[in-house]
Amino acid sequence: MNVVWLILISVSIVFAIFTGNLEAFTKSIFEGAKSAVEISLYLLGIVSVWMGITRILEDSGLIYRIAHLFRPLISRLFKNIPGDHPSITAITLNVLANLFGLGNAATPLGIKAMQELDALNEEKGTVTPEMMTFIVINTASLQLIPFSVIGILASYGHRNPAAVVLPVLIATAISAMTALLLLAVFRKVFR
Amino acid sequence: MIGHVEYLSLLIIPLFILFTVLYGTFKKVRVYDSFVAGAKQGPAIILNIFPYLLTIFVAIKGFQASGAFDYVRNAFSSVFAFLDIPIEAFSMAITKPLSGSASTALFADIVQTTGPDSMATQMSAVIMGSAETTFYVLAVYLGAVGIRKTRYLVPVCLLADVVGIFVAVSVARWFF
Repeated sequence: MNVVWLILISVSIVFAIFTGNLEAFTKSIFEGAKSAVEISLYLLGIVSVWMGITRILEDSGLIYRIAHLFRPLISRLFKNIPGDHPSITAITLNVLANLFGLGNAATPLGIKAMQELDALNEEKGTVTPEMMTFIVINTASLQLIPFSVIGILASYGHRNPAAVVLPVLIATAISAMTALLLLAVFRKVFR
Repeated sequence: MIGHVEYLSLLIIPLFILFTVLYGTFKKVRVYDSFVAGAKQGPAIILNIFPYLLTIFVAIKGFQASGAFDYVRNAFSSVFAFLDIPIEAFSMAITKPLSGSASTALFADIVQTTGPDSMATQMSAVIMGSAETTFYVLAVYLGAVGIRKTRYLVPVCLLADVVGIFVAVSVARWFF
């Protein structure tokens, strides 16, 4: 991330100087800061709501029951999660929320999953293989129906906006599997 | 079919909350106090995420505003023209990992300028639906638990994004 950030920032500044976009660049920094604040405030609301709901799941023990139910499925991808660990529930709920396009639930539940996975982390501050698998799944955009895409297509008078569903699903599935494969290869190479 | 999934999507969260609350009450949990105790964690989590989000957003917005983004797009345009991939689809492919709102705006623009049934629109639609805002996901999820050493995660995600573009383009061409 260090390298990526360094490249983005320094290349941008060099370009801004040579193309005379200095004013726009400086303005954009404060715009970026502003949208970080706005998105954080939005996240504050939905994350707190889902932390409230998941606390009830924890206090009632339902989180372990759900984990027990989905362990056979989840443990195929996440090998080092012990027993009916709460992270299984958080991962399951996050994947379900993603599948149904419930962005407002998927991100908070994903954060919850990361917290639970971090509880298993013996080397705090360093990403674990389970976290990497989880993040790669989340960057693959698993979704049964891409509602926002269909919405935009429909609003501009596409003949059959729903025709996009199958190709998106196939593309997502192939990319997700490739991403997991890439992760497995890197894992082998970097021990 | 789509209508059914859409209805199920609307139903799923309310039903889940209802079930959670009823099950909790059945297990003698004081659900109100429980919810409050959980919600109390929210601000601390966001305080962890905020600096990561800010740092990455500043870099991305700066990259777009400085003209560097346009330069990269133009530099690659001839390559993509050679592969017979519309430049609009390529713009989409490099915008989506950086910013969700920018890619939505770009997609609407592509549909409007090239027409709703053009190849550029179809390809962009598949990319839009199958790619994710990688940098945002990384900032939020890693920030939430304060991960500083990401090992090979970032290269894997970026490489997967590149592969994803070609998968989306091929699938779109195969279908439309």
